Amino acid sequence: MVLAVLAISRPLNAQRPSTLEGPGLGRPATPSEIAAVDLSIPPDGTGLPAGQGTAREGAALFGRLCASCHGPKGVGGPNDRLAGGEGSLTSSQPIKTIGSYWQWATTLFDYTRRAMPYGAPMSLKDSEVYALTAYMLHLNGIVGEDEVLDATTLPKVKMPNRDNFINAYPDRPRERSR
Amino acid sequence: MRRRHEPHITDEGTPASGAIRPHRRTFLTQGALLAGATVGGLVSQTSGSRAAEFPPEWRRRPGRSFVAYGTPSPFEAKVGRLLPVRPAGHPTPGAGASFTPLEQLHGIITPNGLHYERSHSGVPDIDPARHELIVHGLVRRPLVFTVDALLRYPTVSRVYFLECTGNSLAGFPATSPAGPLGRMHGLISCAEWTGVPLATLLDEAGVDPRARWMLAEGIDGSGMSRSLPLDKAMDDVLVALYQNGERLRPEQGYPVRLFVPGFEGNLSVKWLHRIKVTEGPTYTKDETSKYTDLLPDGRALQFTLRMDVKSTITRPATGLTMQGPGLYEVSGLAWSGTGRIRRVEVSADGGKSWADATLQEPVLPRALTRFRLPWKWPGGPAILASRATDERGEVQPTREQLVAARGLRSVNHYNAISICHVGGDGQVTSAWA
Repeated sequence: MVLAVLAISRPLNAQRPSTLEGPGLGRPATPSEIAAVDLSIPPDGTGLPAGQGTAREGAALFGRLCASCHGPKGVGGPNDRLAGGEGSLTSSQPIKTIGSYWQWATTLFDYTRRAMPYGAPMSLKDSEVYALTAYMLHLNGIVGEDEVLDATTLPKVKMPNRDNFINAYPDRPRERSR
Repeated sequence: MRRRHEPHITDEGTPASGAIRPHRRTFLTQGALLAGATVGGLVSQTSGSRAAEFPPEWRRRPGRSFVAYGTPSPFEAKVGRLLPVRPAGHPTPGAGASFTPLEQLHGIITPNGLHYERSHSGVPDIDPARHELIVHGLVRRPLVFTVDALLRYPTVSRVYFLECTGNSLAGFPATSPAGPLGRMHGLISCAEWTGVPLATLLDEAGVDPRARWMLAEGIDGSGMSRSLPLDKAMDDVLVALYQNGERLRPEQGYPVRLFVPGFEGNLSVKWLHRIKVTEGPTYTKDETSKYTDLLPDGRALQFTLRMDVKSTITRPATGLTMQGPGLYEVSGLAWSGTGRIRRVEVSADGGKSWADATLQEPVLPRALTRFRLPWKWPGGPAILASRATDERGEVQPTREQLVAARGLRSVNHYNAISICHVGGDGQVTSAWA
């Protein structure tokens, strides 16, 4: 049995558990194993898969798979509104949608692929995700109906609200309370 | 429905009649003069003795035999999580939250069956024999851990609160009646979490010096993922396997979850499947379009990861009725994502005067702290409130202060002082301000 040893490289404090050495039971992960599970798409688009789609191609898919929750054209459904709301963020009723609030188009691809549709996550083909992403961006006037989205063009889409986020880690801007 | 009016909590310094006396020692001395008077419960004491019906039936027969997993008395059946109120046939029934009934509980530990829930695609049914945790990205050795392997690693146990980023969010607009205390503030719970320090697993994989962040991802239907700074990850983050002594409940992430002390609940990724070590944040859906905090000028705060200092009175609360003037115990909970609670003050006159409550020892960092203060209710309307200060000197703001800084639509990180109306008739109503 391996005795717990304290890591030399990190100082201890009363609140931190000492870094305990484990029994080394992790087995090496293979590149194909990693590729199969690494679904994350950061803003620079690293990891975007092969495939492509347009809003025109996404429209029918959206009607079939998405409208029952998000409403036809992304408005009026029981779940999150996807379109509209531009200029409403400073009003008494801000409407946060893909067009008015979302920061990155790549995040829309990432989220649609991993989580949607709600009843059948991970069932969409990559080209379908590109097409649906294009359609949702088109509903917000961000891409044209026949604009092709793929691994090269998607990261170049600039979201209208991209620059309106203030990083608050590690320190929150001191604008509130005492 | 209460009409809108000026907020009750102000910073005026002059004590009013009916105030909780600021010198607790003096008050408790006076309390001692009432020797023989017990601290009253908040339900009526029946007058008259039960001597006439002695012995009751449970005295006259054997009790039931043993059960493998105990449950509360049927007389406590009303105590349960508060579930979301949704129209029938809602298309996403599992996405949402259930609330801990704070006013029904005592101490600081939330029983496992009452721990609040938050999920984005319902609770998955995971076979631990088929579940793995993969650690990859900017590491020298990407690794896969089975659950059986993780259960052999050295562990630590800590009592920590977990709070949803959006707890108390209805306090921002405060346009509807507050309802039971659990619905107001119940997206918070506290348990003893036992798990492997994440640092142990990251050390085994060998973190690249370029790396500053990591991504944690769950294997529920939503594949919920969040970015976490590596300095926090290496500090006190746990890969948790046990919750109050038993294995994690499915609603809290069985078979393994991340636990990030003091940070937004959303970061403690449940049903943990993947950790990717990265240079910067990944900017997932849940740290861009969600869990960002809108400001009055239309911009939004992002990565507001720490939960702020906060408290609430849990007794008395909506649904309890005071039984006449006399001695009562005002009690509640305080917490801070920064560390320990240093002080909780209680007011009985809407914030005109404050007295220090007793903090239940031990006061633990990033855990719930129970506070108590005896209160002699003279009868008549009163407004109770609690105000917490943490070890860094951060003080809970009033709702007025919070809204002035963040607006009415910020949704997340609501930590303002809230109040409790005691009516002249003894009716109690928890409220926002």
